[in-house]
This record gives sequence, structure tokens and C-alpha cells, in this order.
Amino acid sequence: METLTYREALRRALADAMEEDPDVFVIGEEVGRYGGAYGVTKGLIEQFGPDRLIDTPISEAAIVGTGVGAAMAGMRPVVELMYVDFIGMTMDQLANQAAKIRYMFGGQIGVPMVLRTQGGTGRSAGAQHSQSLEAYVMHTPGLRLAMPATVADAYHLLRQALRQPDPVVFIEHKALYALSEAVDLAAPVPDWGRAALRRPGGDLAIVSYSRQLHHALAAAERLDAEGIAAAVIDLRTLNPLDFETVRGAVEAAGRAMVVSEGPLTAGVAAELAARISEECFDFLENPVLRVAGEDVPISVSPGLEAASVPTPELIVDAARRLMA
Amino acid sequence: MTKTGPAPSNTGLEAHYRQMRRIRSFEERVGELFVRGESAGSMLHLSIGEESAAVGVCSAMRDGDTFTTHHRGHGIFLARGADPNRMMAEIAGKATGYCHGKGGSMHIADMSLGHLGANAIVGGGIPAVVGAALAARRRGTGQLSVAFFGDGAMGQGILYESMNMAALWDLPAVFVCINNQWGMGTRIDQATRVTALHDRAAAFGLAAETVDGRDVREVQAAAARILDGARAGRPGFLAVECYRFFGHARKDKSPYRSPKEEAAGRSRDPVAFARDALIAAGMAEARLDEIDQAIATEMEASIDAAIAAEEPPLQAMFRDVFAPDAPEPEPLARRIDRVLARD
Ligand SMILES: Cc1ncc(C[n+]2csc(CCOP(=O)(O)OP(=O)(O)O)c2C)c(N)n1
Repeated sequence: METLTYREALRRALADAMEEDPDVFVIGEEVGRYGGAYGVTKGLIEQFGPDRLIDTPISEAAIVGTGVGAAMAGMRPVVELMYVDFIGMTMDQLANQAAKIRYMFGGQIGVPMVLRTQGGTGRSAGAQHSQSLEAYVMHTPGLRLAMPATVADAYHLLRQALRQPDPVVFIEHKALYALSEAVDLAAPVPDWGRAALRRPGGDLAIVSYSRQLHHALAAAERLDAEGIAAAVIDLRTLNPLDFETVRGAVEAAGRAMVVSEGPLTAGVAAELAARISEECFDFLENPVLRVAGEDVPISVSPGLEAASVPTPELIVDAARRLMA
Repeated sequence: MTKTGPAPSNTGLEAHYRQMRRIRSFEERVGELFVRGESAGSMLHLSIGEESAAVGVCSAMRDGDTFTTHHRGHGIFLARGADPNRMMAEIAGKATGYCHGKGGSMHIADMSLGHLGANAIVGGGIPAVVGAALAARRRGTGQLSVAFFGDGAMGQGILYESMNMAALWDLPAVFVCINNQWGMGTRIDQATRVTALHDRAAAFGLAAETVDGRDVREVQAAAARILDGARAGRPGFLAVECYRFFGHARKDKSPYRSPKEEAAGRSRDPVAFARDALIAAGMAEARLDEIDQAIATEMEASIDAAIAAEEPPLQAMFRDVFAPDAPEPEPLARRIDRVLARD
């Protein structure tokens, strides 16, 4: 066992992958000399040099497109997008190019690129630096999507993402970088595409991912004290989506709630809730509840920011009412 | 420097000095607000060292002109007449701020002063200027629209698309690049082979110059040439050479720059330069000290007012997603009540 932060685990994954495979390289704004806006790549340029930690101008569309081309040419690029909020600037390269190349070209070639980025609230960074935009990605056929919630997953999901034959969008949460956990990175982890049951419970299934997993776990702890046993599922990857694990917990409990930081409407929680309703209908005693971000932009005011995304209190409250 | 105008006179220098001092003083107080833990977050980008760009260009603008800024825009907004109290309150995320605490330092705006918005997306505010200029020309208002951005935005394709359209349509639009030599930890020559930035604008058919930002009078003279040209239908580009005195944002200590470089950069201080020029022209130092003191007192008051101001009420979260007549989004807690209140 060793104690690592989420940030350190990500850095370790990049270093190990670069050590193992000379085709892996990192490209993005401030990834080299500066060490990444959130410090993930700090020190890597000393170890691997500027040819493998490539600092770029502020040119997101071309940076992602460069990753697409390098991947098609047989490399393993890790493209860093400083904030997921900038994904719109790269959306053509991501959604029209990376996502569709294998399909449009009749399966001749794939784009094994990893796009690392971070999102979410928690720093009073305002409407253009605090969003949760995973639904944009999940809505696009051809893109894989991983969102680690734990330190071990920060490491393993990134390593696994770098072995995928297709483009992976890898979204970290800015409020998790300092999360510190004791981990044994040599211990077995779930395969790529498998969800993890983080807490068993037979009364209610809470499905979540990324930072909201921690809120869900905190809520489950409090609910336990009230005699409500909530199972908590960490999806880990949203594409592939491990619906079987979700189904197992929901059918056992008969009640389900999906918790996500992204805006409620047409979000990840909406997709999960629809699927649970369709596929587990006979087992449900209540409507599937979506607990998600308010349908508003994120304010810079810390009070408004905090109130615009789910909190453990809101999850507890909703769970109590689902059980009533 | 491509061109220099006639030798700058002292006319207006005192007024420029006051404006620049106000910006410097305001930015110092923003730093203080952060240190006291009263700012909304740490994404505060100070324009210390760039005051001449703001004041020089803005003094060539007229009432009614519109503009957008990048994330380092406090100085520009002040030079266009912003109220420091409302600015400081916005930076603190308070209800009395320009945007009721929703926007903050990087997303401040005031339509009554022609400020179409600061931006946290590098290059994000540039094309709006093309649209504003298009509207002004079509309506014959005589307004000019100015985009302010940093050298980092020279990496964004949208700048070139915007300059090309402005030139193609002869719009009253001006692109002002405040070249403080750094974009976060990337020095300008680490981001491009062509550091004569105006060459790129000239290639699109814009009137394009670079001016040294040390002397605000030279900035004003260059800005007047470019802005007057744009008003007459020849859009322009102006790069103002200056230096980012401090880190990128409040937490950045710039470990990637040498102390020697920083000392050289800070020696090109436009505020100190104007002060020296005023003294050389016969102004008493005591008089300048009085001016500085009065400004410091005004800015100090803006901090106190910001700290004392109210937080925005929670209900404000649902306001202004759409126009006032539209229904507001339903709060999640209320929705949950409704969904579960079945019996
Ligand atoms: C599209 C986009 N990419 C990256 C960033 C992150 N970022 C914020 S400011 C900045 C540097 C900008 O440099 P410059 O344009 O020269 O302005 P300066 O900060 O020097 O005033 C970067 C990379 C961003 N906000 N938006």
C-alpha cells in the first residue's frame, strides 16, 4: 500500500505508459515546462524530454486534430485539454473526425487517442471554467468516455484508456486532484468498461460517477444511520456503459437514483434513468430519480456555484423521500 | 516598432497618468482582496504593467464605441469609465457587482459603457466585435468596435477568421493585441516563429502597427491612427508591447521566468515612465503624491464596500437563463417534491 493523490496517480499512469511504450506522448497547453495547469504532468518533461511533452500554442482545435493525425499514423497521443469547457472549440476534430474515422472509412483505421481534460465545479471559476460536459461526449457515437472517481481509477483507467483501439475522452474532476487515498496499484481492478459496486445495500441503488460518487457515498453513510441501506455504484466509464452491474443493484433494491453533476436535462442521469425505467420496469417501486445539476450556467459566486450542483444533503433528502 | 508618430506632447499626460494610476491601484487592491480571502476564487489576472495599453487605446475611443476584452481586462474597463466599487463587488462575487456576482473577474460586462464582455475563453470575445461593427455600419451609427486580447490569442484560428471578415467588409473594427510577452508559462517566441504580430494582420489587409507600451502618449498616437482609420472604413490591428509584471493568475509565482528577465520587464513600467515625464515637465512630486493618495483612498473604499456587500440570493441562480418573461428553470428540489408527491 502507498498513499497517493489523484493527481499523482494520473502522473504515474502517464509515466508508466511512456516508459512502456515509446509511441505514447503528451501534447497540450502548458503540459511541459509548466507541468500542467493542475500540475498533473509536473516533472515529466525532465524525465521524458520536450519531444514527448509537447507544449503548444493556444490552438485547441489544431491540438486535438494533431492528436487525431498522430494516432492515425500509429502513435499513442495523450492530448490535454486544459478545461473541458474548451471542448466546443475542438468539437469538429473530436466529433466529426476522431469519432467517425473508423466508421466512415469502412473500418480501415482507428484513432487510438486519449483526450485528457478536467471539469466540474468547486473553484469559483465561473461559467466558462466549471462545466460538466460529459453528455456532449456520451451523445456522440464513436467516442469512449472515462471519468475516474478514485485514486486507483485515476491510475488504472488512464492505463486502460491508453490500450484502447478507439478515441477515449478522459474527464478528471478539478475538485479531486488533491484527493489522497491509500492504494495498492498492483491489486486487481475491474476491467475496462466495468462498473464498481462501491457499497452494497438492498433498499436503494444510487448510480453515480466522478466527484458525485463521493457525495453519494457520504449520503449512503448517513442513510445507513437511519436504517436505509443504499447500494452505491461507480460507473467508471460511461462508454462502454456497464448496465448489467446497474441492473443487478436496481433489481435487488427496487428503487433507483442517478446522481450527476452535469445539468439535468438530456444529461447522463437522464440516459441512465431512461434505461433503468425501460429495462428494470417490473422491479421498480418508484420512479427513477435524477439528482443532477440545475439547468443553469455556473456562477462565480461561491454560494450560487455550490447550490447549483447536487450535495450529500440533497441526495439524503431525495433518498429519504424515495423510501417513504 | 513599425511606425512612430510625431513626437508625443505632454498634453493630456496628467490625465493619462491618473487613469493609469487608478488601474494600478485597483489591481493592487484586487490582490489584497484575494489575500484576505474575499475574492470569488483565485482566477484573477492582474494587468499591472499593461496600463498604457488600456489607457492609450481607450483614450482614442469615443462615447458609444463598443469593446470586448480578454480575461485580463480590469484596466481596460476602468479606462472606459467603470465604477471601481461595482467592479470590486463583482470580483468578490457579490450582488452589487456589475453582473450580480454571476460573472466575476473574467466575465464582467456593462452594456451602458459599451462593454460587450470580458471572456475566459482565449479568443472568445473577438468575433463579437466583427458583429458589432457590422451592425454599427448597417445602422450608420458611427460606432467603432474594439477587441482587446493577449498575445496568446494569436494562436487561435478564430482571430484570423475575424480579421479576414472585418477586412473583407471594410468594417469599423479594431483588433488590439496586448503583447505582455507571456501566455501562462509560454513566452511569445515559444508559441510562434513570427513575433512581429502585426505582419499577420497586414496579410489580411488591415492597417497594422506595433507600438512600444512604455510611453502612453505613443500608444495613444498609434491608437488614434488605427481607430480613426477604422472609423473611416479601414479596419486595423494594433499590438502594444508591454510586460506582465506578475504571475499569470494570483497563485502563479512565475517560476519559469528569470529574476533578470522580470527586472528588465518591470523597468519598462508605463506608470513610472509617465510620472517621470510629468516631473521632467515641471510637475511637483508632492502634487503627484497627492494624486496617488487620493486614488488609493478611493480604491481602498471599493474593497471595504465589496466585502460588506450582500451575497446574491439563492433564487438569483435561476434568473437570466432566458429573458425575464420566460419561465425560470424549475429548481431540482422542487422537481423532486413534485415527482415524489404522488399520494
Ligand atoms: C480557449 C482557451 N484556452 C486556454 C485557456 C487557458 N488560459 C487562460 S489565459 C491563458 C494564457 C493567455 O495568454 P494571453 O492571451 O497572452 O493573455 P495574458 O494572460 O498574457 O494576458 C491560457 C492558456 C483559456 N482560458 N481558453
